[in-house]
Amino acid sequence: MHLFNELTNYQQPTEEGYYGQYGGAYIPEMLYSNVETLKNQYLQIMDDPAFKAEVAALLKDYVGRPTPLFYAERLSAEIGAKIYLKREDLCHTGAHKINNTVGQIILAQRLGKKKIIAETGAGQHGVATATVCALKGMECVVYMGEKDIERQAPNVARMKMLGATVVPAKSGSKTLKDATNEAIRAWINEPDTTHYIIGSVVGPHPYPDMVARFQSVISAEMRTQLKAVTGSALPTHVVACVGGGSNAAGAFYHYLNEPTVELVAVEAAGHGVHSGMSAATTQLGSTGILHGSKSIVMQTKDGQVVEPHSISAGLDYPGIGPLHAFLYASKRGTFMSATDEAALQWAFHLSEIEGIIPALETAHAFAVLPEMNLKLTDVVIVCLSGRGDKDLATYMQAMDMK
Amino acid sequence: MSRLSELFEQKNKRVLNVYCTAGYPHLNSTMEVMESLQKNGADIIELGMPYSDPLADGEVIQNSSLIALNNGMTIDALFEQLEKMRPSIHIPVVLMGYMNPILQYGLEDFCKKAKSVGVDGLILPDLPLFEFEQVYGATIKSNDLDFIFLVTPETPETRLRKLDSLSSGFLYAVSSSATTGTDKDFTKVAMYLERLKSMQLKNPFLVGFGIKDKASFDAVNVFANGAIIGSAYIQALSKEKDVETTTKTFLEGVLSN
Repeated sequence: MHLFNELTNYQQPTEEGYYGQYGGAYIPEMLYSNVETLKNQYLQIMDDPAFKAEVAALLKDYVGRPTPLFYAERLSAEIGAKIYLKREDLCHTGAHKINNTVGQIILAQRLGKKKIIAETGAGQHGVATATVCALKGMECVVYMGEKDIERQAPNVARMKMLGATVVPAKSGSKTLKDATNEAIRAWINEPDTTHYIIGSVVGPHPYPDMVARFQSVISAEMRTQLKAVTGSALPTHVVACVGGGSNAAGAFYHYLNEPTVELVAVEAAGHGVHSGMSAATTQLGSTGILHGSKSIVMQTKDGQVVEPHSISAGLDYPGIGPLHAFLYASKRGTFMSATDEAALQWAFHLSEIEGIIPALETAHAFAVLPEMNLKLTDVVIVCLSGRGDKDLATYMQAMDMK
Repeated sequence: MSRLSELFEQKNKRVLNVYCTAGYPHLNSTMEVMESLQKNGADIIELGMPYSDPLADGEVIQNSSLIALNNGMTIDALFEQLEKMRPSIHIPVVLMGYMNPILQYGLEDFCKKAKSVGVDGLILPDLPLFEFEQVYGATIKSNDLDFIFLVTPETPETRLRKLDSLSSGFLYAVSSSATTGTDKDFTKVAMYLERLKSMQLKNPFLVGFGIKDKASFDAVNVFANGAIIGSAYIQALSKEKDVETTTKTFLEGVLSN
């Protein structure tokens, strides 16, 4: 398809939200007015100095930014490269998700919305949304797959404590995909008063671009911090895990147009890419439409969306954001994958050698380091997207089995 | 002239379009349901092609889609079932579905096959205006299929006129912004329908979402050319009596004077 402009600047989709052939806004007419308003206003609002100042102040004093860039000495020695960790796990609420919700809640206020809805997989985005809703006194409803509610009990409790209503998504595979369907349906039913805070770089345009911009604070800080310690803002590699791809989009953003920086996206292979129990979308998927955008989607030959599998609820998603689909198709990004087992092993390993217990999602990013053929002179930043408290039950189970 | 245009030429009041999910309640129910609908007074049949992630649909149609998929319904299986529908089914038949399964099938092949079995038009709620004009619309039109856009109370007038101009057959007026199967406040709906009527659109318009019985059917027909019933009929079918009895009772209820 040649109808949509080839991108020369990876940071800027076309006016209609296309990154190459991926993106767009494949939404029912019932959502048109809402999405159109957002599309017409998000850049203007985000460029407004008063808006920027309000977001920056909250990111600093409430979220705790800038998050440190930490040189992981023992890990570096073991892998044979200089490895830095971008400590998003130290953000308030324990993951990078709050970078986006802080921005979107203020944007929702500017749009005059009274109620917030969100979907969540692992619960990190749900908690980050419930948190900013409590902060701003907004009503909050979070849709979460019934299966995820079971495996992420601590985050469900946190959302409730923060005053949010958690609604179980009971359709389909009862995970993130279905929670997203339910959130979109809820938005269709109440479009006037409600803003939908999507947690990843997925959904109809302008969400993928808007969420990437709110998360781009991660790589903006990386540049400054790396320059301060090494003299150069550019690492050789940036590594991040990808479900929908929000932390990866944030970690890659200010390096997208720097061709010397290799961008490594790590998908969840589940029991193995070809085991039938996997969430490695770029390896198993094909072009399709899911949740309002055209991207790479895991589906049957009949175009029914497949139920994925990953041990980590946050990566258990059969799609990927359109920016990432374009990075994959254009070969700008390097796509790798890690199994459930490797992720678990690395969650323990990172805890033991660096004293950091990562989220299961994040552990996937570390699991590919030994396979990257790194040199001693390579400078690698791994986006440590979240901490592992929410996964303790899984970790405890793994320890019992040892 | 298309079957839909012919229908509206002969009848422009109280036109009843009934939705049912293909392959529901059983894989081979499709033809039986269609024959029953035609016999008992439906003017148009809207066949839903089941999809795993039907965003615009409420719980009732979602469940029927899931059952149909589990029954083994696919686009190929549906075309096979429809191959012999003409001429015994003589009323217009439109297919409703989502873009993803059609893209996997191939839009060109899909349109050709649909036309060849006697399908008259398409309703694809997640195919928006921009993409229709830029990419997909030409294929649909060149295969001589009517395309029916949805409009809502929030659709601005210039856009509404554009959607009307690109539609043929009829225009699908969503009663209010909501998923299917949601209850509606009909006084608000009436104001919107009155406005639609006064716009003197190119196409006749049928009201859908929230039409479930005689009262709601009569209410929207004050302004509209007719209405679309979906979830309420699916719910009636789910009671598992025989299709003919269920359909007869249901449509008699809606159409009684």
